[in-house]
Amino acid sequence: MEKAERRATMEPTSGRTGRSPGHAPAIVVLIATLVLTGCAGDAPSALDPAGYGARRVEGLWWLLFWISVAVFAEVLLLLGWALLFRRGERTKVRRGDPVRFVAVAGAGIPLIILVTVYGLGLRELAALGDGPDDSATTVDVTGHKWWWEVRYAGRFGATANEIHIPVGERVRVRLRTADVLHSFWVPELMPKTDLIAGETTETWLHAERSGSYRGQCAEYCGLQHAHMGLRVVAQPRAEFDAWLAKLDAPAPEPRTEAQRLGQVAFTQGTCAACHTVRGTTANGTVGPDLSDVGARWSLGAGTLPNDPGHLGGWIANAQVSKPGNAMPPQPVPAAQLPNLITYLESLR
Amino acid sequence: MSTVAELPAGAGPAPAEQLAARWEEPRTVRAWFTTVDHKRIGRRYLVTASVFFGLAGVSAILLRTQLAGPEAGLLSPQEYNQLFSMHGTAMIFLFATPMLFGFGNFLVPLMIGARDMAFPRLNAFGYWVFLFAGVFMWASLPAGAAPNGGWFAYVPLTDEVNSPGLHLDVYTLGLLFLGISTTAGAINFIVTALKLRAPGMSLNRVPIFVWAIVATSFMVLFALPALNLDNGLLFLDRRFGTHFFDPEAGGNVLLWQHLFWIFGHPDVYIIVMPALGIVSAVLPAFCRRGLVAYPLVVLGVVSISIISFGVWAHHMFATGLPQLSLSFFSAASSIITIPSGLQLFAWLTTMLLGRLVMRAPLLFVIGFIVTFVIGGFTGAMFALTAFDQQVTDSYFVVAHFHYVLFGGAVFPILAAVYFWLPKITGRMFSERLARWAFWLIFIGMNVTFFPMHLSGLFGMPRRVYTYPEGLGWDPWNLLATLGSYILAVGLLLVVVGVVHALRRGKPAADDPWGGDTLEWATTSPPAPYNFPVLPEVHSLHPVWDPRTAESVAAGAPEARTLAEGRQTIRTSELDARYEQPIEMPESSLRPLVAATGLLVVFGGLLFDWYWVAAGGGLLLALTMVGWLWPPAEPT
Repeated sequence: MEKAERRATMEPTSGRTGRSPGHAPAIVVLIATLVLTGCAGDAPSALDPAGYGARRVEGLWWLLFWISVAVFAEVLLLLGWALLFRRGERTKVRRGDPVRFVAVAGAGIPLIILVTVYGLGLRELAALGDGPDDSATTVDVTGHKWWWEVRYAGRFGATANEIHIPVGERVRVRLRTADVLHSFWVPELMPKTDLIAGETTETWLHAERSGSYRGQCAEYCGLQHAHMGLRVVAQPRAEFDAWLAKLDAPAPEPRTEAQRLGQVAFTQGTCAACHTVRGTTANGTVGPDLSDVGARWSLGAGTLPNDPGHLGGWIANAQVSKPGNAMPPQPVPAAQLPNLITYLESLR
Repeated sequence: MSTVAELPAGAGPAPAEQLAARWEEPRTVRAWFTTVDHKRIGRRYLVTASVFFGLAGVSAILLRTQLAGPEAGLLSPQEYNQLFSMHGTAMIFLFATPMLFGFGNFLVPLMIGARDMAFPRLNAFGYWVFLFAGVFMWASLPAGAAPNGGWFAYVPLTDEVNSPGLHLDVYTLGLLFLGISTTAGAINFIVTALKLRAPGMSLNRVPIFVWAIVATSFMVLFALPALNLDNGLLFLDRRFGTHFFDPEAGGNVLLWQHLFWIFGHPDVYIIVMPALGIVSAVLPAFCRRGLVAYPLVVLGVVSISIISFGVWAHHMFATGLPQLSLSFFSAASSIITIPSGLQLFAWLTTMLLGRLVMRAPLLFVIGFIVTFVIGGFTGAMFALTAFDQQVTDSYFVVAHFHYVLFGGAVFPILAAVYFWLPKITGRMFSERLARWAFWLIFIGMNVTFFPMHLSGLFGMPRRVYTYPEGLGWDPWNLLATLGSYILAVGLLLVVVGVVHALRRGKPAADDPWGGDTLEWATTSPPAPYNFPVLPEVHSLHPVWDPRTAESVAAGAPEARTLAEGRQTIRTSELDARYEQPIEMPESSLRPLVAATGLLVVFGGLLFDWYWVAAGGGLLLALTMVGWLWPPAEPT
């Protein structure tokens, strides 16, 4: 029940789904561009912004789009004119070399458009650079092949692939990578920022309405680049504070016998070598911190839904659904696996 | 539209026989390997690049099939990543540039009224190196060792820790190997176009296509060293423990990107510019008048080749560079629209003033204009940093550069195939087949790439081998995949059309379209010596100018017949004043042997057999000594 509620809050905000008239028929691709926002469905669409940065870019896009439509119409008109009226034996070839017309139409007018658009583009660029002040909540995101480690400045605990932020506030995001380049992209909230090996880059998020927003690594990072998703959950400040407070607290203690046996299996088996569960002896740092794994939206950074069935499959052999990830198949005895699943599911 | 193919009456049969004896090659296997004729080499470039295009196209079909639906299992991630890396690498390096070099090789000497390239043996060497480098790279795919770091091969993904195995060694060595061919070709084009133009073809009478090839060649010479350096450093990092790109030892990973794009952005124009030159060559023939605003178009070509070196960082707008430098690169990238706009309006105005003759090459030019303009718009959008940061590395950028590269290079290349097929093969093609091919390609291309704009805006990153269900990406991907099949059928029809022309085509007239440049002034296909008498040029449209015909008619001076030896005319760089006849080299096996030496060098390096590599180097050096050894002066 608790989980069902959580999932309900994780779903994309209802306002968006309500606006969507469904997928346009595939054939009318060209017409579809004119109703772009309507066709996105549940997509993490850059044209359905829920954050300050994405909203600025959306405005810029529509400006560019309509300019392009206008100029394209002009080109098609000239081309169509030539095709309709400049064919056939009776058409007289006109001599002369209208250099001035070409210069004005091909360079002069575009230059005026470009300078204007460039100015507006600079304004939006400056807006994107106008990040939060020093007192803002700061998230430290580290890219790994192929998952996201999430920590909060001043906090000890960590989570993975899921960033909680207070809605309506500017939140600083510091980006580092543990291995190769990645790129942090949550289309509905903010344009991309790359994670550069050997450097710390910075971006910020400002969600204007609560909800959960899909993001994905945008820089090719090897074998499982496709399965490096993340979620940003924007929630009211009080909810966020409560969530953040749990980040430093030890993980919940086992409450049933099955959970207790699962914890033993976890801490004494191979799991603990790579994973941490706060408040236990498991303190491996190779894989994600699992202290709140039961509450997460997915397994394997968006690879699988987080439910007991998939969790069991993931533990037994994570290479099936995400070949090449760092977790080898686990030789967990059949009797222990249900306990392990029960225990991990209880961590929330 | 006179033709000057027949021998002038006064010249008599003797010079023709002499010319044939000097230039014609025996039909032997040995001659096949030793030829230095620019037309044969040009044809080989065209055929080889087309084969590589086919392989890269099959890769694309596999990629698109994998992406047709969410969570498809046709390809493993390993296979997908190798295929998309090879698709990009091959399309850019093994198809686009060599294909245009093929047309350049065949056409530049003909267009400027010369008998061959300035360095015919270097030309042959360039071809063999291209062939060997292409095979070197493609052979890695069935071996499961193909490059898998994308065509851009960003570090640190491509260093020895994150990419063990031969994949990236094939990439770095293959591109270094290929770079030798491209550099040799570029030097050859520049010298040919500057020194071998027919008397009277001053710089303001040079066909736009030749301008485009020369500007491109200069860009190659300035851009390629950055790529070679990049690959050389990466190879050293991978094999010999240097740390150029290792941040933990003071290296810098962005160094790779800067060097790569200092090459990579000009490379877009290296590909597109000769294609724009093709458009400027095709239009006059089908508009029945000269191109409008020739000086502005040349200015456009030359300024693109310069500005394109100042825009590389717009590929790095998301890497956290300072805002001030972003705004500079944003401005430079926007400005490049202007010279493109000049060319676009020169073409449109030419069409508006001329009389359109609707034949297949013109259809492809129109298809080019429509798609290239769309690609141009999205290109201008990418110049704006804020927008770029949202859509870069998404499918929107995939849509953009396929509109630019497919629209801007493949359509002109296909226009060129149909336009010059009669000249190259001496056979006409079937117009009906060509039109079917055009419509299938045009529709298929748009159905494939247009939906990618949408999936990109809807948040789909590029280079993913699969995607989850229910994100709204499914219909657009399915549509793109269906489009790619239509496109593939259209491209197959082009091949069918070419084979049909070769087998069944009617013999082509010397000047079937009424073209204005000198290649139409000789036979179809041209004799090994190109022109019985080298023409004298008096205007921008020599074939439409009766004075050109007069210059090769009866009484043509012996200085322009040059039947005594294997000769062509050297002229001055700016105004093409007659300087002197120069001797052209005979056929030779040395280019092939030298290229083989290089193949051994790179093969040895690939497999860590450094002694073998040294042996190949020795073979290369010895061949070069023989090649460059001056012949005994006749006494």
